[in-house]
Amino acid sequence: MSEKMVFLALQDNEDARPIREAIEADNPLAVITQFPGVYKIDAPGRLVINRESVEERIGRAWNPQDIHLSLVTLSGNIDETEDYFALERT
Amino acid sequence: MEQAKKMNMKEKYNAMTGDLAWDFSYKTEAEIFPLSDFEGIKIEDWSKWQDPFRLTMDAYWKYQGEKERKLYAVIDAFGQNNAHLGVTDARYINALKIFLTAVTPLEYGAHRGFAMTGRAFPGVGAQVASQMQSIDELRHAQTQLHTISQYNKYFDGLHDPFHMFDRVWYLSVPKSYFEDALSAGPFEFITAISFSFEYVLTNLLFMPFMSGAAYNGDMATVNFGFSAQSDESRHMTLGLEVIKFMLEQHPDNLPIIQRWIDKYFWRGYRLLGIVGMMMDYMLPKRVMSWKEGWEMYFEQNGKMLFDDLARYGITMPKFWEQSVEEKEHLTHQLWLTFYSYGHAAAFHTWIPDDSELDWLSEKYPNTFDKYYRPRLVYLREQEKLGKRFYNPSLPQLCQTCQIPMVYTDPKNPTKRVYRETIYNGDRFHFCSDACKEIFEHEPEKMSQAWLPPHQIFQGNCGGATIPDVLKHYHFTENDGGEFLHSRDNANWNLWKGLTPDEEAA
Repeated sequence: MSEKMVFLALQDNEDARPIREAIEADNPLAVITQFPGVYKIDAPGRLVINRESVEERIGRAWNPQDIHLSLVTLSGNIDETEDYFALERT
Repeated sequence: MEQAKKMNMKEKYNAMTGDLAWDFSYKTEAEIFPLSDFEGIKIEDWSKWQDPFRLTMDAYWKYQGEKERKLYAVIDAFGQNNAHLGVTDARYINALKIFLTAVTPLEYGAHRGFAMTGRAFPGVGAQVASQMQSIDELRHAQTQLHTISQYNKYFDGLHDPFHMFDRVWYLSVPKSYFEDALSAGPFEFITAISFSFEYVLTNLLFMPFMSGAAYNGDMATVNFGFSAQSDESRHMTLGLEVIKFMLEQHPDNLPIIQRWIDKYFWRGYRLLGIVGMMMDYMLPKRVMSWKEGWEMYFEQNGKMLFDDLARYGITMPKFWEQSVEEKEHLTHQLWLTFYSYGHAAAFHTWIPDDSELDWLSEKYPNTFDKYYRPRLVYLREQEKLGKRFYNPSLPQLCQTCQIPMVYTDPKNPTKRVYRETIYNGDRFHFCSDACKEIFEHEPEKMSQAWLPPHQIFQGNCGGATIPDVLKHYHFTENDGGEFLHSRDNANWNLWKGLTPDEEAA
């Protein structure tokens, strides 16, 4: 694998579902691998979770730090603001 | 009246961490932080510390409170619904016994260690990150004890984890890893635990374990596991941050840090062998093999982690290639060891059934049928003849990792690796070149290791016979030995209305 990858893993539950959907919509190159109770999302270079995309799906305000409740593991350098949570490796 | 401008995330983080520090007026910094320089790490400007998560204390309490509420709701439901009966089969519980006795005390050790670093580091960002992690680790130890206590009502081997941790022969492996780190300085400790263990290796502990629990119907463990693991992401990030910070502060730090990375990568890898054994042998329904896990989380992801640090001059940990060469042998050799010493363990061992042996053959095509399957089949035949094999001797341990000297040379897989060195007139033994090298760099420390067989022979473990020693460990007659003959198995068959095994007690 020559391309630099990042990943995160989320709990497979209802809290994380809109986050997963937002990731799928905003990161066309992301690949999701399902494991029991958890899934791993790999992407080349950068993986972003946008606050607006999650809010569209849940119909209320969402703080990117709420990811702490669903996150299982990650790999990459974190770039975090009020509007998004991203992992990067360049 | 004009409203105060709302702070953005970075401003809020700075206000709620950096601004919490104060200047000292009547003591010098050296007097207040006496542990900050003896390891040789040079820090010129602590204000350069940046926590990538920017989690403030108020947000921390909010999220942790929510995690606890969710977890304890599940634990209650688990108990009320007798959900211990929902696991795949009673063999699975033995993986929990290893977790509770070998991992939970490490969580407590990490709590102590981060309390130390939080006090010892002169920078406020590092103090706050250490404080959060110290509280996290205490939470992990508590939630694991609370969750698994439900199983302790019904299964053997779970009744005295902390007493066992400080005494039992195989538990000296995780204990010595952590105490090596805890008895070092704050920078070595945080490199050992935050970087080598949390950042490089922890995925291999929690991902397969918790996914395995989910697959095997263990709702309670899934929940404490993922609740803990959600903290783990923060810990891993701290691990990377602390390494970058030290490397950016002074060029003299690089060789010191590289040596710590080499040491704790290898020690951590040795420690994880028991997790690999659990993945390959102890889960009735398997998620992935040790080999697959090592390829995914170390060979692929680990290399990318080290690529991130290449610009600072950090290289892959020394001897990493050895871990790859061993990956098709490691777990089989460990399971055979625990099977042989099953009478002196606080969990049960068994020979996998035919479908499980087939799975191992498929996952380990280059080694399993050639070296290991015939031995397992032979041992199963012996058991059927009433000659369950137990090894009555005490094993020789590696002075560094404290694992019995059972590992073979992957290039010559039927020949065991024996390395030795002489220090102060005494001969010390090692399972590998890596363990020997770790010793030779710190012989004064490593020569004082508390090796359980030596301690037994010296009369420090309750007596000279195996029953004396097991009593000293607080083992009961139902805790160890062959699973087929166990009380756990008999009870399980009774509770589930299954036909008792012919061999069962």
